[in-house]
Amino acid sequence: MSFVVNDRWKLYLKGLGKSLLLTVGALALGIVIGVVISIVRTAHDQKRSGEDKISAGLSVGNAICQLYTTIIRGTPMMVQLMIMGFVVFASSRNMQGVAILALGINSGAYVSEIIRSGIMSIDPGQMEAGRSLGMGYGTVMKEVILPQAIKNILPALGNELITLFKDTSLVSVIGMTELTKVARDIQARTYLPMMPYLGIALMYLVVVIIMTWLLGKLERRMRRSDRR
Amino acid sequence: MTEDNVLLRVEHLSKSFGSNLVLDDISEQIRTGEKVCIIGPSGSGKSTFLRCMNLLERPTKGDVFFDGQKITDLSVDVNKVREQMGMVFQHFNLFPNKTVRQNITLAPVRTGHMTQQEADAEADKLLARVNLSEKAEDYPSSLSGGQKQRIAIVRAMAMHPKMMLFDEPTSALDPEMVGEVLNVMKELASEGMTMAVVTHEMGFAREVADRVLFVDEGKIMEQGTPDELFGHPKNRRLQDFLSKVL
Repeated sequence: MSFVVNDRWKLYLKGLGKSLLLTVGALALGIVIGVVISIVRTAHDQKRSGEDKISAGLSVGNAICQLYTTIIRGTPMMVQLMIMGFVVFASSRNMQGVAILALGINSGAYVSEIIRSGIMSIDPGQMEAGRSLGMGYGTVMKEVILPQAIKNILPALGNELITLFKDTSLVSVIGMTELTKVARDIQARTYLPMMPYLGIALMYLVVVIIMTWLLGKLERRMRRSDRR
Repeated sequence: MTEDNVLLRVEHLSKSFGSNLVLDDISEQIRTGEKVCIIGPSGSGKSTFLRCMNLLERPTKGDVFFDGQKITDLSVDVNKVREQMGMVFQHFNLFPNKTVRQNITLAPVRTGHMTQQEADAEADKLLARVNLSEKAEDYPSSLSGGQKQRIAIVRAMAMHPKMMLFDEPTSALDPEMVGEVLNVMKELASEGMTMAVVTHEMGFAREVADRVLFVDEGKIMEQGTPDELFGHPKNRRLQDFLSKVL
């Protein structure tokens, strides 16, 4: 009844597709935000006295980033979603865009801390060596520091991916149809709560298990290049 | 600006970390082609002195002039200056995510001095000089300490610097690997490279240096030719220091 009638299983698949789409979109946005913020914050932390030209700008940037991280991490995801959906973009019909934006902005705060810890874990001598050769901060970051940091970051980033995927279930509150909303709609139609909810729980679980497996493979492959 | 072809000059250089005064009003100059060894007990400020020369540490007070240019001026592009000053570190600081070849070619290519082909050719030439041609495609993690440091020297040389700074280049090496690194440095010295070397290798200092500076408590306590300094040390602390290390 909950799955077969009226081809309802197709609705679940469509919902799952939406959830995955939201996850990918939000993670991409989160990583972009996270990289920018983490670089501003580490540049601020590692700045040497005397390079006054940029330090004023960095201090402002750092303050903004800290404020952002504090607010995003200090308020519930669902509240952020409702503010974005019903206040900031109240007139928007593009709920998918709003959802990705809200999830991405939320994720960016966590990703930035993950990346920052990854960058901090790299020996400062790497930056010094790069700078001593005449390369700029950004070049050394991109060519030397970030590629090494990514290896250390990957497990935590995988965790964030999984959290984000499950958090997509919250976007049903702003009326977007993803996997959880599908289950709710079907339950409202059939008055049978058990099968839809157990069903989607299983779907979430299977996807997370697949993600974990893929991440593990990726991690092992990156580590192998270490020992060459 | 060229008083007797001075390449690097520091004037009234002071550096403090917080309330800790590490360098105390040092004035000194290094001429083109000169090899200067800097010795002194640990914590004396000799590494900081060296790191101030290419502004890895910004001096708290005083100025650094390189090739007639006041590089402590905030309007000076530090990257351009550093291209002219190679640096070799105690812990090598090779880039582990790059192959040996990429380690050498990264900076010349990214700073726009060479195309990738030119840099590759340069890397081959340099690797052949230090007998490490067969390691070109390896990653640093598979090299011994001595090999790593030779690569690090070659990496700095690929930029064709006017001067090389060495910060205790053999201190992190196993004893049997010290020789191979020192040999590369001697060769470099014999080719006329201007060198400033912070070192504990008194034999090297004696053999290669035109001038030795003894640094303690953030000051140059005594300086002279190796013969003067090692043969007839005048400063009490230097006598003390030499009796411990020789």
